Amino acid sequence: MRENLHRFFRAARGVGVHVSPAESIDAMRAVAQVGISDRTILRDTLLLTLAKSQDEKLALGDCFDLFFSQPERRQDQPEAGNDDASQDADQSPSSSSASESGEGQHPEALGPLAQMLLSQDRNAVAAAIASASGAASLSDIRYSTQRGIFSSRILDAMGLQRLRDDLDGLTATNPALAERLRAALDALREAVRDTVSQGLALYAREEAENLRNEILRNAPLARIERRQIAEMRALIRQIARRLRERYSKPRKRQRRGHLDVRRTLRRNAAWGGVPFLTAWKRKHRDRPKIVALCDVSGSVAQVSDFFLLLVHSLHEVVDDVRSFAFSSHLIEVSDILEAKSPEEAMAEIMSKVGFGSSDYGSSLADFEKQFMSALTPQTTVIVLGDARSNNLDPRADVLRRISERSKRLVWLNPEGRLAWGFGDSEMPRYATFCTVVRQCATAQQLERAVSDIVAIYR
Amino acid sequence: MADQKASTAIEAVESGLAAQGYIASRQIATAVYLAQQIDKPILVEGPAGVGKTELAKAIAAWRGMKMIRLQCYEGLDEAKALYEWKYAKQLLYTQILKDKLGEVLGGAQTLHAALDQLHDFGDVFFSKEFVEPRPLLQALEQPGGCVLLIDEIDKSDAEFESLLLEILSDFQVTIPELGTVSAITPPTVILTSNSERDLGDALKRRCLHLHIGFPEQRLEERIVESRVPGISQTLRRQMVGFIHEIRSLDLKKLPSVSETIDWARVLVLLQAMELDSETVKDTLNVLLKYEADIEAAAPQVTTFIAKAARSNVFG
Repeated sequence: MRENLHRFFRAARGVGVHVSPAESIDAMRAVAQVGISDRTILRDTLLLTLAKSQDEKLALGDCFDLFFSQPERRQDQPEAGNDDASQDADQSPSSSSASESGEGQHPEALGPLAQMLLSQDRNAVAAAIASASGAASLSDIRYSTQRGIFSSRILDAMGLQRLRDDLDGLTATNPALAERLRAALDALREAVRDTVSQGLALYAREEAENLRNEILRNAPLARIERRQIAEMRALIRQIARRLRERYSKPRKRQRRGHLDVRRTLRRNAAWGGVPFLTAWKRKHRDRPKIVALCDVSGSVAQVSDFFLLLVHSLHEVVDDVRSFAFSSHLIEVSDILEAKSPEEAMAEIMSKVGFGSSDYGSSLADFEKQFMSALTPQTTVIVLGDARSNNLDPRADVLRRISERSKRLVWLNPEGRLAWGFGDSEMPRYATFCTVVRQCATAQQLERAVSDIVAIYR
Repeated sequence: MADQKASTAIEAVESGLAAQGYIASRQIATAVYLAQQIDKPILVEGPAGVGKTELAKAIAAWRGMKMIRLQCYEGLDEAKALYEWKYAKQLLYTQILKDKLGEVLGGAQTLHAALDQLHDFGDVFFSKEFVEPRPLLQALEQPGGCVLLIDEIDKSDAEFESLLLEILSDFQVTIPELGTVSAITPPTVILTSNSERDLGDALKRRCLHLHIGFPEQRLEERIVESRVPGISQTLRRQMVGFIHEIRSLDLKKLPSVSETIDWARVLVLLQAMELDSETVKDTLNVLLKYEADIEAAAPQVTTFIAKAARSNVFG
């Protein structure tokens, strides 16, 4: 059972439940208390000790059901008693090699696997598959491309070679029986294939997911295929969550404020209240202020989707964020982002200002006219956009004033550096007024950029 | 054999809690059993009003132990949760002893000797005498053990969480001036959270994680039965069925078990024998706490009553 539990922990990691060694020890201790014979109690116990959130509980519950729907390996009791021939099928495929082709009519003369298949004992076959998949270490399976190799490994371990010999022998002597055996072998292949698929579902999810995420992370946002968008969203949300976890912790280095009389007295009680040691109240540091301007025009529509998602998460990380979206004109979208779920908010913003042709000049002018007061010397301004203004007046002068009023101006551009300045790109002109200009075309670059922005406030 | 014992022990927990009027699902009972067996706190999460706090009360009543409650809020700190020096008392004592100081030091010939004597003296001020135990320290000091309820941990700051870690894993607290205070009997710790804030991994790791959601219909009926004895069986079924229908709506705040119980009490007070749309509409404000929710639910009332009645026929 111990080993079984360890395999279950691996399967649990596969479905994304984080199982650290310490947690697995806890789970072991708990299982030792409740025993393993009662499945429902065991399930509850593992869910209680391993899962750390409701989502994890659901995933782990499914994983448990899938895992324990497999027959257990009968390693602890090598001789089950009723059908010992099936048990040593994997060790000695050629042990009963007394059979000659002439005596092939009698099933007794066949190899153990053939006998088992002909006897149609489904439990024995299932147990044999389970023990063979153990021998073939099915839990090492990682990628779907490995299906074939694991299937044949399991079949080999069950004694396929001997079965083939039997089949050859039988075709000559007893074609009817050979036909039956062949059908049974096909069924067996299918069963093994199912087992391997199940093993893949159990053990390989983590690796496959990591690989896919890694690819997605580095894929250009603008060229994401439709079917990947949902996954990309999930990934961005994951990034946002990580950012939140990292930065929503209280800011550490706090500065000294007023004298804390209570604590001072307490500290100096032993000296009759003469204040040798002073205690100071702490003053909070400047709250981060961020103003985000997000281009949602047609040319960057797909990328801006992700930008907005990230801006949405910024609202969760940072206290004071104001966000604006623009294509031909600019509106404030802070309220929408704060009140609604990411999907709803994005749909609403896109319907209000999205998909137009971009006019940076008039959008910047809009901002200056209405929202210039939002900028203080503590503000970080982030502009997300490709700086393609359709050959309209870029109004770089407005950007200069924005830059002068704020602490930092960061421009994140989804296009590569090579494209800047070509065609209608006004990037070089804008760049002179920016504190930082970055290419930001993949999820990874997006994460780094935002992480840097938030980090300076710590 | 151990397995047999476990399942009967879990049933014992269930019936023990039931005797206190707390109808626990099997998962809850398993969690309580395990918490006791492997000395781990239980972190209970779930929507408001499903009986997270009640669970702690029920465990305390069942085991006949004292319950110590620590309500968390933003800004809760060491001094309010763990211990505080009685600095007023310290100050007072210093004032009183000031006059005696001359006598104490009188015997000392050199500055060095005086310092030595003063040193002994100073240590007295940071002894157990002057410590004011707050809930967490109190819980450790209970000789017979206790149930420690740390309520709404998600309301506290992340710093406070780290403060708890030592208590949760080792049932001990380190007071810099005094040393480590270990629990005489490890308390049964229940933490509750409404998931307003994500708790840290370190905290979660130290706890069994129990999620209490809205109960299933049968379970909720049993809860109503035990909490509101005067209610008729038909009405109980109908109202619980009705509430389950309500929970399928997209509301700001779904009615939880505490609202179910309140509603049952109200219906008993009104001497209702059956659900009818008139009574329901009049008492909907017991179930739903937002005007918008009531408006959303009101047109559905008749359909829901019919559905609840129908489901009873088959259920």
